[in-house]
Amino acid sequence: MPTEILMPALSPTMEEGTLVKWHVKEGDTVQTGDVIAEIETDKATMEVEALDDGKIDKLLVPEGTEHIPVNRPIAMLLADNGHPAEGHSFEARPTAAPQPIEVEEVPDPGEAPPEVEIAPAGPQAAPAEPRPEQDVPKRAVPPGTEMVTLTVREALRDAMTEEMHADADVFVMGEEVGQYEGAYKVTQGLLETFGARRVIDTPITEYGFAGVGVGAAFAGLRPIVEFMTWNFAMQAIDHIVNSAAKALYMSGGQMHCPIVFRGPNGAAARVGAQHSQDFSSWYAHVPGLKVIAPYTAADAKGLLKAAIRDNSPVVFLENEVLYGQSFEVPKLDDFVLPIGRARIARVGRDVTLVSYSRGLAYTLDAAEQLALQDIEAEVIDLRTLRPLDIGTVVNSVKKTNRIVTVEEGWAICSIGSEICAAVTAEAFDYLDAPPTKITGADVPMPYADNLEKLALPSVEQVIAAAKAVCYRK
Amino acid sequence: MTSPSLNPGAANFWMDQVPTPNPTPPSDGPRLSPDEELSAYRRMLLIRRFEEKAGQLYGMGFIAGFCHLYIGQEAVVTGMMMALGEDDQIITAYRDHGHMLSTGMDPKGVMAELTGRRHGISKGKGGSMHMFSVEKNFFGGHGIVGTPAPLGTGLAFANKYRGNDSVCVSFFGEGAANQGQVYESFNMASLWKLPVVYVIENNHYALGTSVERSSAHSEELYHRGAAFGVAGEQVDGMDVAAVEDAGKRALAHARSGKGPMILEMLTYRYRGHSMSDPAKYRTREEVKDMREHHDPIELVRKRLLKAGRSEDELKDIDREIRSVVNEAAAFAQSDPEPDPSELHTDVVA
Repeated sequence: MPTEILMPALSPTMEEGTLVKWHVKEGDTVQTGDVIAEIETDKATMEVEALDDGKIDKLLVPEGTEHIPVNRPIAMLLADNGHPAEGHSFEARPTAAPQPIEVEEVPDPGEAPPEVEIAPAGPQAAPAEPRPEQDVPKRAVPPGTEMVTLTVREALRDAMTEEMHADADVFVMGEEVGQYEGAYKVTQGLLETFGARRVIDTPITEYGFAGVGVGAAFAGLRPIVEFMTWNFAMQAIDHIVNSAAKALYMSGGQMHCPIVFRGPNGAAARVGAQHSQDFSSWYAHVPGLKVIAPYTAADAKGLLKAAIRDNSPVVFLENEVLYGQSFEVPKLDDFVLPIGRARIARVGRDVTLVSYSRGLAYTLDAAEQLALQDIEAEVIDLRTLRPLDIGTVVNSVKKTNRIVTVEEGWAICSIGSEICAAVTAEAFDYLDAPPTKITGADVPMPYADNLEKLALPSVEQVIAAAKAVCYRK
Repeated sequence: MTSPSLNPGAANFWMDQVPTPNPTPPSDGPRLSPDEELSAYRRMLLIRRFEEKAGQLYGMGFIAGFCHLYIGQEAVVTGMMMALGEDDQIITAYRDHGHMLSTGMDPKGVMAELTGRRHGISKGKGGSMHMFSVEKNFFGGHGIVGTPAPLGTGLAFANKYRGNDSVCVSFFGEGAANQGQVYESFNMASLWKLPVVYVIENNHYALGTSVERSSAHSEELYHRGAAFGVAGEQVDGMDVAAVEDAGKRALAHARSGKGPMILEMLTYRYRGHSMSDPAKYRTREEVKDMREHHDPIELVRKRLLKAGRSEDELKDIDREIRSVVNEAAAFAQSDPEPDPSELHTDVVA
């Protein structure tokens, strides 16, 4: 038997890819290091090298095949001597296949229609002057609106594209946003559409370019500053907090700073302690900022458009694992959502589950499983972390009398801490059980596969907590 | 990667100039015209008297917190502002009172901000280190050392983005010149040919640490941009004419699309780093020598007298300025504190 060559995982979050091109044909002899194929991942096109000498016995997947799951055999290799090659013929990571992502299917938009604000985009007025607050008409997505399936990545890109078309003062800067089209491909196509003046590749100097962005915003431009990940924004946090967030207050209302800082936040997969951290509560702590952490593609699009139009500095926390997830997005010319409003992602009566960003994946999955055990959970997607929509949470708790918060971040001073404190203060008499937090473990993120799983919240934990507050076994 | 289709050639938008070394060497003994000299005298004296009054009000408890006086360094901002065009911007750190007065901001508004009153330029919510005037193109007033470098670079970025003719002057101290963000800024400003002039106000002490003790090759901070192709020049920051002359050349350099330039101003502060600094790290004799032999205002006063101005005329100017400052001080003491409702305004737009 020849050895199987498997579809490799070429990024921490890659689950599938496209076989763009074979560089070998059946019968070819290959040596270790020869490029045998090109594979397009969710982020980039990568070359695949042979890791063994041998002869290509069979190509199992034709060129151009899309959605090939990681670890599926794509070719067979015979060792030089005609026997199967030893070991793995390939740089795939057979034991380290990315875990299936626990993402609930898109909630039926008909079930809990999001409140939507539609605002005209139109070119904006004088640069140095703050824009007047747009008194946007509020209406739900009109019945019968066509829905399109988009990944979160595409939704973010579309939001930026639309806003850049609408307002010449909007530009994007960051590492690899231009020619490379984004380290996570979120800015794909922007350079081609808008040119190098408005899509600016920066050096790897977060402190510096965050400050440059803030200065440009002081001058009235509307920068979108992409951090390759929020982990690297630690070097820039001084400008986010000290220069951007405080400017309006320190200037007695004179100096606006209309800037969006965005990029992936939270744990990715197997990237270890310094690349896996949820900064939500850090930024949610800071007056002067608005903080957004969407889960669905529709929220990502509608809220990023709102963030770009906002006259305050906005911290926009995306999630690498969600970039490739698909959701239904209303097909509207100008789909803008209000900042500061939570979304009821699932209606229920027995317990309130509150989460945001990727935490919704665990939470919605848990809710479905709880339903099988006759517990109907109400799931709230916070979407915005500052200002926090406590009202929606409190109203839900008044109905369910129980609350569990779910987040990947650390427990101390977390978003869940704030929610539980607020609910205790505002709905104390309605509570039938102590408010409960599910959070990441109180440790730096470990690398080992099993430890990493233990460090993150799980569906089982959410189910157990929900049952506990319902006093159910 | 293909080049962008809609903007042919735009790939080089940010890098379309080859850096050239500073074209004009410093001229020998720059001079201001008699009218300019008188204007410089007036502007510097306003800063001096204002700061003396601020020090006094601090001692009386009307001004609190950190208060960094500009006394001794007046020629730096005055010369630069005389070279500045109307639409150019400036930004600085926390030793900022002189910069604000130099832009023409109302001394009453500045002093009332120092006392934390409602008609302060920031409604009493900013304080000594945090003031802004969008109207006067003064972008702060920043309390964190080194931040004016990238923020000023961003203002310059906006100028180039808009294709206007403005230059941003970013002031920071010689202590800040050791910060990483300053070099990140030099790199981007040079790479993208941004219209920015970095003014290093070298007053020789970063709080209590002398420049020799904190900075490698401290005698030539103006070379600090050399690795990035940023031309620099060392200037006698105690002579307003020399500052104005160098400022004009640096601004012309930046305005012509050649990118950033560094001016290292050799200057000196007479007072401590802030009001709470006793300045024991230097000798009385050193300060006395600077005051007696290198004072920027006295230098101009002597030149004015030599050029035929009378003592009386100059005394009248001093009297007039003292009255402006006294008026500002009286206003700053009598203006009410902000209304408590202001606590929660201006947090987000």
